[in-house]
Amino acid sequence: MKVGLLHSLVRKEEKLLIDEFQRRGINLQMIDDRKLVFDLEPIPNVDIVLERSINHSRSLYGLQLLETAGVHCVNSAKVAAICGDKILTSVALKKAGVKQPSLRVAFTEASALAAIEELGYPVVLKPAVGSWGRLLSKVNDRESAEAILEHKSVLGSYHHSIFYIQKFVEKKGRDIRSFVVGDQCIAAIYRSSEHWITNTARGAVATGCEVDAHIADISLAAATAVGGGVLAVDLFETKDGLCVNEVNYTMEFRNSIETTGVNIPAQVVDYVLESRS
Amino acid sequence: MTECPVCGAEISFAAGTVIGELLECADCGSELEVRGLDPATVTEAPETEEDWGE
Repeated sequence: MKVGLLHSLVRKEEKLLIDEFQRRGINLQMIDDRKLVFDLEPIPNVDIVLERSINHSRSLYGLQLLETAGVHCVNSAKVAAICGDKILTSVALKKAGVKQPSLRVAFTEASALAAIEELGYPVVLKPAVGSWGRLLSKVNDRESAEAILEHKSVLGSYHHSIFYIQKFVEKKGRDIRSFVVGDQCIAAIYRSSEHWITNTARGAVATGCEVDAHIADISLAAATAVGGGVLAVDLFETKDGLCVNEVNYTMEFRNSIETTGVNIPAQVVDYVLESRS
Repeated sequence: MTECPVCGAEISFAAGTVIGELLECADCGSELEVRGLDPATVTEAPETEEDWGE
């Protein structure tokens, strides 16, 4: 089987995946998205592509073009489109009946402010497209809301005026990141931080989290809702149970292998090979 | 063997290094990207872009 790895920068995760493919004797074709040119004709001489590009926009179009050329991709273009956009993710979760924090979407400063006031403080403003906890704003009062909405409208590019407003969830200093590969929730970690943002990219500490039935069920439901594949699901613990914050389609796992004792890259590679065998 | 474009320290590649791989200069801590294996070349890694992430 010929496997392609769609990438740009090669991080620790990609190195671990490359090692796993090599361990299985797979001749991996490295596909650097910075060198790719598509002409809408059948392309790479590969049977399947594992997407690991760090740029969402390149992944989005690259996967679509690869699929159009008949290449099976993990994850699919559809999954990338949904998970890369928080609004589309929320729509997919809603359709599937998967619990998530209360949210509003608005397109103007005035309607966004009204939505925030109606939802109640504090809220979190998030770019619809973005990751690693960047450009998140916890809004505690009307004055902050007015200022942040104005700044986003005036200083941001147009998509920062698509306002994704999420009710702030008091998560007691941690959230859960679970890892889904196919129909299995293979592992989970707690991400703990004194900051309200608990991304490990922002310094949160990862510790082991046992995958119980509640975590497995909601993680698999969220993964199924967005189209399935290799996904990382961010969960909040609330007094009413777990809810889904986000679903990530190019998951990072470097801090989670030793923490969980699960060889995550091996499981991803097995899934990729099995999905085309 | 090559040198760090920021501080000039010697940079050597471990076995299995691939093009595009990120390295950290042991002397100055700069994040570097491997751009060639033979001859060995590195550049400063690109700055984070808005759509980077998971």
